[in-house]
Amino acid sequence: MSILVNRKSRIVTQGITGRTGQYHTANCLAYAFGRDCFVAGVTPGRGGEFIEDVPVFETVVEARDQTGCDVSVIYVPPPFAAAAMIEAIDAEIGLVICITEGVPVKDMIQIRHRMTDSTTVLIGPNCPGVITPEEVKIGIMPGYIHRSGPVGVVSRSGTLTYEVVGQLSSVGLGQSTCVGIGGDPVNGMKHLDIMALFNADPATEAIVMCGEIGGTDEEACAAWIKTHMTKPVVAFIAGATAPPGKRMGHAGAIIAGGTGSAEDKIRALEDAGVAVVRSPAEIGTRMRDLLGAA
Amino acid sequence: MKIHEYQGKEILRRYGVSVPLGVVCRSIEEVDLLAPTIMGPPWVVKAQIHAGGRGKGGGVKVVSSLEDVHQAAEEMLGMMLVTHQTTPDGQQVRRLLIEEGVAIHSEMYFGVVIDRVSQRVVIIGSAQGGMDIESVAASTPEHIHRLSVDPVAGVDEAGLTFLAEQMGIPSDSQGEAVGLFSSVYQAFWESDASLVEINPLILTEDQRLVALDAKFNFDDSALFRQPDIAALRDFDEENQDEVDASAHGLNYIALDGSIGCLVNGAGLAMATMDIIKFYGGEPANFLDVGGGATTEQVTEAFKLMLRNESLRAILVNIFGGIMRCDVVAEGLVSAAQEVNLDVPLVVRLEGTNVERGREILAESNIEIIPAATMAEAAEKVVAAAS
Repeated sequence: MSILVNRKSRIVTQGITGRTGQYHTANCLAYAFGRDCFVAGVTPGRGGEFIEDVPVFETVVEARDQTGCDVSVIYVPPPFAAAAMIEAIDAEIGLVICITEGVPVKDMIQIRHRMTDSTTVLIGPNCPGVITPEEVKIGIMPGYIHRSGPVGVVSRSGTLTYEVVGQLSSVGLGQSTCVGIGGDPVNGMKHLDIMALFNADPATEAIVMCGEIGGTDEEACAAWIKTHMTKPVVAFIAGATAPPGKRMGHAGAIIAGGTGSAEDKIRALEDAGVAVVRSPAEIGTRMRDLLGAA
Repeated sequence: MKIHEYQGKEILRRYGVSVPLGVVCRSIEEVDLLAPTIMGPPWVVKAQIHAGGRGKGGGVKVVSSLEDVHQAAEEMLGMMLVTHQTTPDGQQVRRLLIEEGVAIHSEMYFGVVIDRVSQRVVIIGSAQGGMDIESVAASTPEHIHRLSVDPVAGVDEAGLTFLAEQMGIPSDSQGEAVGLFSSVYQAFWESDASLVEINPLILTEDQRLVALDAKFNFDDSALFRQPDIAALRDFDEENQDEVDASAHGLNYIALDGSIGCLVNGAGLAMATMDIIKFYGGEPANFLDVGGGATTEQVTEAFKLMLRNESLRAILVNIFGGIMRCDVVAEGLVSAAQEVNLDVPLVVRLEGTNVERGREILAESNIEIIPAATMAEAAEKVVAAAS
């Protein structure tokens, strides 16, 4: 078991003919059940072609009707990423994962509005994707560091997620599903949404959550954990040493207007009973100790 | 991206918002030539730098004669203006905005921001204008009024009228206020802004609404479709190292410490700064080389860090995903050959092709302190720096 994606997922890659889309599709196909899972690609004007033996369609609707795909992953460049997300949402694809970095905030506000009554859930943009180890990898993460197991991982950052996964695997803890939700201020699923899915997933026994400075998503998640969570959570908040007013790479990673500081988030999480580690090197060992004691 | 007050007021004027008449001057000759075209007394001389808090730092002067305009301008042009938002050295004043003085009846705050909680644009109004809105929000949150905007339908008149009333605008002026609020929102939305603040928005003695200040921030990700906005960028206002870094596709921010760090990915870069601090060191910079850095970029990153005179040691922390460790290692070797690396270098490589990467470093003749984990790397670099 897992959340969001598994070996039964049927995936369409939007932007499959671009350099990035093609490169990562090849890696995802080579991972575990990738050959079964990645069934279609979409690039307008390139319908009828094949990329890595995956058929390319003109539209998402066509891909959906021909292959029954229920997940989309998007590698389309920023100026066109919003249109690609809207196309997938309108085609009622259940899960849309947008990898593209640099999508304008205004586009994301319009997409969130469009999703008001939609059944589609969105991950990203500006994220590494989602992986259920030893089943399916959808995105740009290095597959080989992952092991199947009981720990769910949710994070706003890409390489920091790899660091966490590397630590977990090295202490013998595999992962149920790892979700990179991305670092943009207006985007799809938040920490809280993923936490709720992990809480309901029988295969997930514990969760690692990596937050970072900026916004109040971690605080909202902490409030939810306090009243709903039945599983142990280890958390790390990146950016405790970042100066206010400076944007640290991610569009969302900024302390502004006195909110979004690491201390606020750490306090809220500790108050909710979460084991917050101050050193990012202690995430794996802390989780091992927590699960060993349980 | 930020712009100057006078540029923000230019945008507002195009959208029909009243701003005081003013001239922008880059030299004292321009001041003497242009200031007499502005009605006074009084006149207001305002230093144009991107940082806020200019008034307290001596960057805003109200004067009552053209001689005093000259005097104030002479003092301000070229001065290093220090505010709570600048570095301790301050920011050099290169431009002045000289405006007509306006008789103020009352001061308010008006802002348009992106609200992460509602994932929408939110309009903020307050009767408490002219002061730091963040302290108003902290001490008297009941004076902050918010209105969420439907991204398709746009602003609604009834909501804006109610906001005007909450801000204490008299009923005779509420119609004008609604027009002004709509115009500012339109300016925000059409220019891909991430923040617009008018603080203060004033009601004049003769009951007109005028924007006395204008602060605009823009979404960097949208500049590709906003060429007119992108053209307003003032490189003089930005840290030279950060500008050079962005020209090479690097994300670099100078900090006060002594340990340089070179990391791939923003989250891991922040976590690396945090762990340096955790082991008692101070990071000299934030540096994210991104997902697929080249040898040239790694070399450039080293050059940037080595410009810093406080640098005592460097930590390279790479968790290769898309980025292969062998490429990083080659970059390190080539950078070490090109620059004079006179500080200890701790390297922690993990991820794709890590074995080959470590081999390349071992075969090279650069002195490297290797580390297997983040904790070991941080401990070693803190020891090396002290």
